[in-house]
Amino acid sequence: MTTALPLAVKEETDSGIWSWLTTVDHKKIGTMYGVSGVIFFIIAGFEALLIRTQLAVPNGTIIDADTYNQLFTMHALMMIFLGVMPMGAAFFNWLVPLMIGARDVAFPRLNAFSFWTFLGGALLLTSSWIFGDAPDVGWFAYAPLTEKAYTVGQAMDFYAVGLLLLGVASTVASLNFVVTIINMRAPGMSWFRMPVFVWMIFVVAWLLILSLPVLTIGLVQIYFDRNFDTNFFNPMGGGDPLLWQHLFWIFGHPEVYVLILPSMGIVSEVLPTFSRKPIFGYSAIVFAGLSIAVLGFAVWSHHMFTTGLGPVPSIVFSASTMAIGVPTGVKIFNWLATMWGGSIRFNSASMFSIGFLALFTIGGISGVMHASPPIDTQQQDTYFIVAHIHYVLFGGAVFGIFSGFYYWWPKFFGRFLDEKLGQIHFWLFFIGMNLTFFPMHFLGVQGMPRRIYRYDADLGWETWNIVATLGSYLLGIGMLVFLYAVWKAYKSEPDAPDNPWDAPTLEWATSSPPPEHDFDIVPVVHARDPLWYNRDNNITQDDAPDEHIHLPPPSYYPLLISIGLLVGGVGMLTTLMVSALGVLLVFYAIWGWVLEPTS
Amino acid sequence: MSEQAHSVTGIDSRKLLMWIFLASDCLFFGALISTYMIFKGNIPNPPYPTDRTVNGEFFHGLLNIPLTSASTFVLLMSSVAMVLAVYGAQNNNLKMMKGWLLSTIGLGIFFLLFQVYEFRHFLHEGLGLSTNQFGASFYLMTGFHGVHVGIGVIILISLLFGSFRRNSLGPDTGFHIETAGLYWHFVDIVWIVIFTLVYLMPY
Repeated sequence: MTTALPLAVKEETDSGIWSWLTTVDHKKIGTMYGVSGVIFFIIAGFEALLIRTQLAVPNGTIIDADTYNQLFTMHALMMIFLGVMPMGAAFFNWLVPLMIGARDVAFPRLNAFSFWTFLGGALLLTSSWIFGDAPDVGWFAYAPLTEKAYTVGQAMDFYAVGLLLLGVASTVASLNFVVTIINMRAPGMSWFRMPVFVWMIFVVAWLLILSLPVLTIGLVQIYFDRNFDTNFFNPMGGGDPLLWQHLFWIFGHPEVYVLILPSMGIVSEVLPTFSRKPIFGYSAIVFAGLSIAVLGFAVWSHHMFTTGLGPVPSIVFSASTMAIGVPTGVKIFNWLATMWGGSIRFNSASMFSIGFLALFTIGGISGVMHASPPIDTQQQDTYFIVAHIHYVLFGGAVFGIFSGFYYWWPKFFGRFLDEKLGQIHFWLFFIGMNLTFFPMHFLGVQGMPRRIYRYDADLGWETWNIVATLGSYLLGIGMLVFLYAVWKAYKSEPDAPDNPWDAPTLEWATSSPPPEHDFDIVPVVHARDPLWYNRDNNITQDDAPDEHIHLPPPSYYPLLISIGLLVGGVGMLTTLMVSALGVLLVFYAIWGWVLEPTS
Repeated sequence: MSEQAHSVTGIDSRKLLMWIFLASDCLFFGALISTYMIFKGNIPNPPYPTDRTVNGEFFHGLLNIPLTSASTFVLLMSSVAMVLAVYGAQNNNLKMMKGWLLSTIGLGIFFLLFQVYEFRHFLHEGLGLSTNQFGASFYLMTGFHGVHVGIGVIILISLLFGSFRRNSLGPDTGFHIETAGLYWHFVDIVWIVIFTLVYLMPY
């Protein structure tokens, strides 16, 4: 904080590859998260299309059983960890500092480290395809299938090591953003003036901080079982396969909220703007988010009703699962009430948010259905569950994310995504999504099990399967339309004004795209919807810009540590000598990091 | 990593980061300890942690409670030394800080050496990672605790070397020592839990 750079020096100084590799700017890091997230989302979507093509007609012959197992496992892993989570990370990297009126996160270099470690873990996990040894036992990796006797190759080592790296990345990012939200808010930005999006990210970060270490231990135990002959999950050696299920779902259920809450935050920003009304029941929404966080840690065993927990745990976990429907319902009604009586503008951003409301509600309702153990016992491992999770994760999380893309694209890049293409994209996604996943409810009730690579012709499943496959192609076309809109925006001239939607939150107070230092003057916040308050009370901040703005210099040490961790991970898959090399690199880079001047 | 000194709460962001990291670490050890407790008492084959007679055959227990109590005492005393090092740093007493920092490091290394001895002894008695669930969960849990102590020792050694470079306390030294101390005490507290569960509770 001693020396400072003059304001003029750092306007878009360079944008070469080195500037991306060494950047500590939360906006560039957010963009990198977004680009990687969308790429992995497309790959995972392509895997889903292969699955649907195989299942389109009875006795499909396109892929064999082994490939099919790899496809559904990697589809889930990539969608969750490499698609939806990083796209959520793109938004919170971009938006949290802007929304709370900060110039960056609390630890910019740590933020870069999180991204590079994420990328390393993502590449390591994806590379299992190249080695023909992708994980194939489901993303939940139930023991004892993960044991050496049942998974002979290295697929589960890729799984364990890849997720360990991704876990490190997410934990560090979450620590960073919790500290940022607690400590970096602009003057006047009190807790209950924070945008709902920031609150939701605060909750997400805490969920990850408290749940990932449990997964980490589970993964280490898988790794030890496979490589050092321990028997944590191997019943033949005195181990307990259910221990893995508990460890996994103690992480896995909060993870569900990690996926959905950023989208709930996005919807909570989009709907008020396009209804021209402040959000209805702000504190109810915030407290609903907080209670989801608490309850989210008390429901994990509803994934395990069929393991025979006994009546008391089943009742308790059933009750807590149904209870979590209450805060979720509170949010839905608050969003509806936000729109009620508002002057609603329909465009691609608001339509994706309204689509979120409708589809997420359907997924939420079917979720409450299998909160009941007897019903769950019927539905477990059928397509009914597949329908449910896609309504909450695709109709919910993904629709929210695309709503965010259309809403904030002008802020991020100074260019609008084409509105007409956006609406085509919305309708393709909305119709395609319902065609794909609604019939799965019927298939599930008719008894079609999950994870079968083909089925016989006389079971009565043909109609809905072909419908689902056609729907999934519409989703693929919708994605192409989105990519075309992105390309078109990329080629267009930047023409977005600072606040094109007349939105209330602070990110719209700065230019589009924002300067590297985010705000010329750190804004002073007077009310919950600061820009609307300033507009209605004729408050302008026309002081001279801050003369000396301190920005952290770029650094290549975050990248270096991440490379060290990746080398360490590769060593865990090959020989521990390579790991030692990685650890040495990590030590060297930490040393450089600590001694590197930051001001 | 002192990129930003700005703070709404008045708490330095770096210290806040350490506190929240420790919250995360609680769950880390929580999962390890849970694993140990789930398998506790359900060990089908020797060597056993405590003396046991199976089918008339007597098996000598592995755990040496007096010896581990001594090493536990050493680790607890390292926390006292850490407190005094922080006190020295905060009261601008460089000599006191260096001395107690050195003691903390020494006591930490002593604890680690004892752990190496204990692991070697258990291995020698035939307890490997795959021998039984006691071996697997014990080595994993205490091993990760040892890694934590080791990282703490490295941090403290780095701070000590840093203090050799100057003749007076730097502006942030006291802060660094205090934050490292948070970590050190946490690792110490975890050991108290592990020691109680593994060595003091009847198996």
